[in-house]
This record gives sequence, structure tokens and C-alpha cells, in this order.
Amino acid sequence: MARVFIYPATSLILSDLVARFGHKPLGTALSVRERIQTAGLDSPPLQMTPDDAKKGLKWAAVEVPSGVRGRMSLFGPLIDQAEAAVLVSNPDFAFGCMGCARTDELVEYLVRRKDIPVLELNYPLDEEEGILFVRKVRDFLRGLESASPEKAS
Amino acid sequence: MSNDTVRIAQLSCGPEYSGVQKEIYTAAEAVGAEVFFPDLSLADIRRNFRDFGLDVRSGDLKLAIARAVALVEGSVEADGVFIASCFRCAEAAIVRNELRRYIHEHSKLPVVSYSFTERTTSGTLLTRMEALTTIARRRALLARERQTGLTMGVDSGSSTTKAVIMQDNGIIGTGWKPTTEVIASADEVIRLALEEAGIKRDDLEAVGTTGYGRFLIGEHINADLVQEELTVNSKGAVFLADCQHGPSTVIDIGGMDNKAISVLDGIPGTFTMGGICAGASGRFLEMTAKRLGIDITELGPLAMKGMGDDVPMNSYCIVFGTQSLVNALAEGHSKEDVAAAACHSVAEQVFEQQLQEIDIKEPVVMVGGTSLIQGLVRAMGNLLQTEIVVPHHSQYIGSVGAALLSSGFVEKN
Repeated sequence: MARVFIYPATSLILSDLVARFGHKPLGTALSVRERIQTAGLDSPPLQMTPDDAKKGLKWAAVEVPSGVRGRMSLFGPLIDQAEAAVLVSNPDFAFGCMGCARTDELVEYLVRRKDIPVLELNYPLDEEEGILFVRKVRDFLRGLESASPEKAS
Repeated sequence: MSNDTVRIAQLSCGPEYSGVQKEIYTAAEAVGAEVFFPDLSLADIRRNFRDFGLDVRSGDLKLAIARAVALVEGSVEADGVFIASCFRCAEAAIVRNELRRYIHEHSKLPVVSYSFTERTTSGTLLTRMEALTTIARRRALLARERQTGLTMGVDSGSSTTKAVIMQDNGIIGTGWKPTTEVIASADEVIRLALEEAGIKRDDLEAVGTTGYGRFLIGEHINADLVQEELTVNSKGAVFLADCQHGPSTVIDIGGMDNKAISVLDGIPGTFTMGGICAGASGRFLEMTAKRLGIDITELGPLAMKGMGDDVPMNSYCIVFGTQSLVNALAEGHSKEDVAAAACHSVAEQVFEQQLQEIDIKEPVVMVGGTSLIQGLVRAMGNLLQTEIVVPHHSQYIGSVGAALLSSGFVEKN
């Protein structure tokens, strides 16, 4: 089983696909839900505070806007743990939206810079592309399975 | 490479349209350097940009990325790299940071980066450009690990002027005074250092100057070496902290600006120099000491007794920082807690504003007068989660570096 970073990190479809093929999805759907559902008055609705933007300094310099750094405080630790990644470019809002093009650029770069298997896909625009999309994700995840030292032994 | 023209590759987005490109040329020219834009074929630009993997939208940033890859691969030759982009541009800030890191990790090229506004002048860029050229031009000099002969270093800082006399790799005389009149202050600290060392001015075999007043004093005392404080302080720091080999990080929180320098084998690789506001400098700690009615030398021990966590203080701006200070005292917080909070606030500013811009590698060495404020050192150690090294004579770091490096001129003289 590999820890697979998904981006957009809020994508339930990617998260589900990764889990179905026996890997651990590294996304933010659950952690964002937890944040939203946790009672607190600090900073609704996401319960993120200025400290989160400060934590993001590990991945982005101080001059990078706080919104990017706040997002990086969520995605950065996931990228650090990732053993593989699936990145989807130009996704539809309904697929999972991270809301900031600059964050997208940085996240994708940090993932590419890591020496891990990465599957990069364009968001499918029709049914045919959708089938191909799922097939590519499936093949990639199966490939991880066979390459996994745990499985190999 | 002696005094040949140093070629600095410029990777940038926006300076031409901000009206500051001429300032960059002027600063480079003032230190005998030439700024150039690496030429690449369109195919190479496309390939390098794609391979790098940072998919930015800005065309100039794409070009900067492609040029950085060419420099690292060696298809374009340069002695140093200057990375510049507009202040407040998010995409450029990401690129600047990643390029600096990439070049630092994959080559030996010294890099300096800067975010400019339309108000940036050549004067602002001068010390950075000078450091770049020094690293390129004087690599052999910077490699010096032992002080030889009888030499003196004078550091004319914004707050204080210091002099150190060294002989056979040891310090034999020191002088320290607040900077008032630049030349008069230097003359006084030189007198003190000579007196302590028990020697005459004519006995000195070589002399070096650094700091803001380096040119003026260099001319006044006929110095052999006149060098900016980024390289000199790095050298002094690793010499005194006995970490001349391998990586280290030097932090110097000064009276007017701060320096954070990533050093490898005693030679700076990347560095930042700045300080958004006096609130993030030693000046704020001086003000704090004044408001608490104590001498600056008492601030450190006082802060060590306090817990600053409950005192809200944000010295992002010295005016707001002072307001926080006054409010905290009015609310009944103890002097100890306020002193600790002030130290934490300055350390936090430096940590957030500057230390994110370089790769922190242990050992972390704190130098300069502020390194004697234990509360500040403790706060920085807590933020970096590491034991900070404060070498002996840390307040004389520039002078020691200048005395050490100027011994390279002993034989010549």
C-alpha cells in the first residue's frame, strides 16, 4: 500500500479511486470536514487561524500571500508524506476546487520535485475521456501495487 | 579570478517595466560587475521550462526558470546569479524562492534575490551586488582559515563601531564604541584596540574594514581590504564558532538591518539582507530597554527570567511594537515578561521575514551585538528548534572577519 497524494486534494472521486485500489489517499476531504465540523469560534467556517498561514512558511516564502501559505499548511505535510501522486489539471469546480492558481503551481512543482511516481492528467470533458481517465488512474495505482516492496515480498 | 569583470546572470520579471533596470546596472557597475541576460534558443527555453516542472503563467518567469536550468547545467557560464521580481507578486515570489533553492542545491554559483519596487535604488542593491562579486572574485581569499601576522579589522556599523587586533590566529586587542561621527568613532576604537594589544599603529601588517562606513574608514586608514559585511561576517562567524568546514547558518540581527546567511565551507551561498522595519532589529530591543529603564546589557538576563507568552507584542512595526510595550506595562505585566516578549517578537519577525528565505543548516550561529542578549538567542533557538551557537567575541564578528581576511595581504605588504 502506498500513500498517494491527490490533487485537487478535496476530490472525493480521486480519494475513492485510490482507496478502491488498496492505497491510502492523501487528501484534505476528511481533514477539511473535521475542521468545519469542529465547534470553535476562532475562525469559522474553516477554523484556520493566522498560525496556519505561518506554518505554511515551511513551503512558501513570507512574500507569498497568506492564502497560499494557509493552503500550503494543509497540503505541504501531505506532500511530505507522499509516496506517489495523482495530479489533475484544470478540474471542474465540482471535482474538487483548491481555489488558487498560485497554490496549484506550487503544489504541482513540489510534487514533481519529489522522486516519486506521479500521474498527471487533464480533467476529462466527456464520457469517453472520463473512461480513459479512470483507466489511467487504475493502471497507475495497480503499477504502484506491483512496485510496492511490501507486496513484492 | 582577480579583478576581472564578474559576470552576473540576471533572472527576473518586471524590473524593466518598474523602471529599476538601470539601478541594477548601476549597482553592478559600481562593484566592477556586469549584468547579463543568458541567451537561450527557443527550443531550450521550452525544454528547460517543461523539465523544471513549475508551471507558471508569466512569460518572463518561464524565461527565468529556463535560464536558471541553463546556468545549473553549465550551458551558460556566469560567476553569480541575481534573481529579481516585483514586490508583492505571488507567482514571482514562489519562483524566486524555488530558483534560489534550486541553484544553491545544484551548483556552486552564489545567488542573491531581491523583490523590488519602483523606489529601489542602486544604493539599496550595492551591498548585495558587492557580496556577489566578492564571493566570485575572492573565493581564494575567502577560503583563508587561519589568521597570520599582525592585522586589524574595523567594523563601522550603524549602531556601533568595533575594532579587533589579531596576531597568530588569536585576538589580542578590542575596541567598541557607539557610532557617532563615523571617522572619529573608528579612530577611538582603533586607539582602544591598539592600547589593549600594546602595539603601535605602524606595527600592523595589514588592515581590513567592513560595515556601512567601510569605504570612508578604508580610505582614512589606508586599508588593504574594504569588504561588505555579508562575506566578512560569515567568515568571522565560522572562524570563531570553529565550523569552517561543512554547512552552517549565520544570523546577524543588527541595529539597522538583519542578515541571514547560508554558508558552506566558510563561503556564503545564499543570503538575505533586510528587515521590513526597525521593529525586527536590534533597535527595537534598545527602545525596549530604554522604556524599561534598564541598560541594553541588562535586557537579556531580564528576559531569561520572564515568560513572554501572555504578553501580546507584535514588533512588525516599531511604532506598534512600542505601543504594545506601553500597553503591556500598563496592564501590569512584569518587566521580565515584557522583556521576554520583546525578544520573542524580534526573533519571530526575523524568523518569518528572512529565515524562510534560506535553507537553515546546523550549526546555527548568532553573531553581532544582539547575540549577547540571551533572551533573544533563547527565543530564536525555540523558534528554530535548535541549540544556537554564540561564539566568543560574537559582537566583534565583522572586525574579526576583516582582521582574518586582511591577513591575506600580509605577505604582499
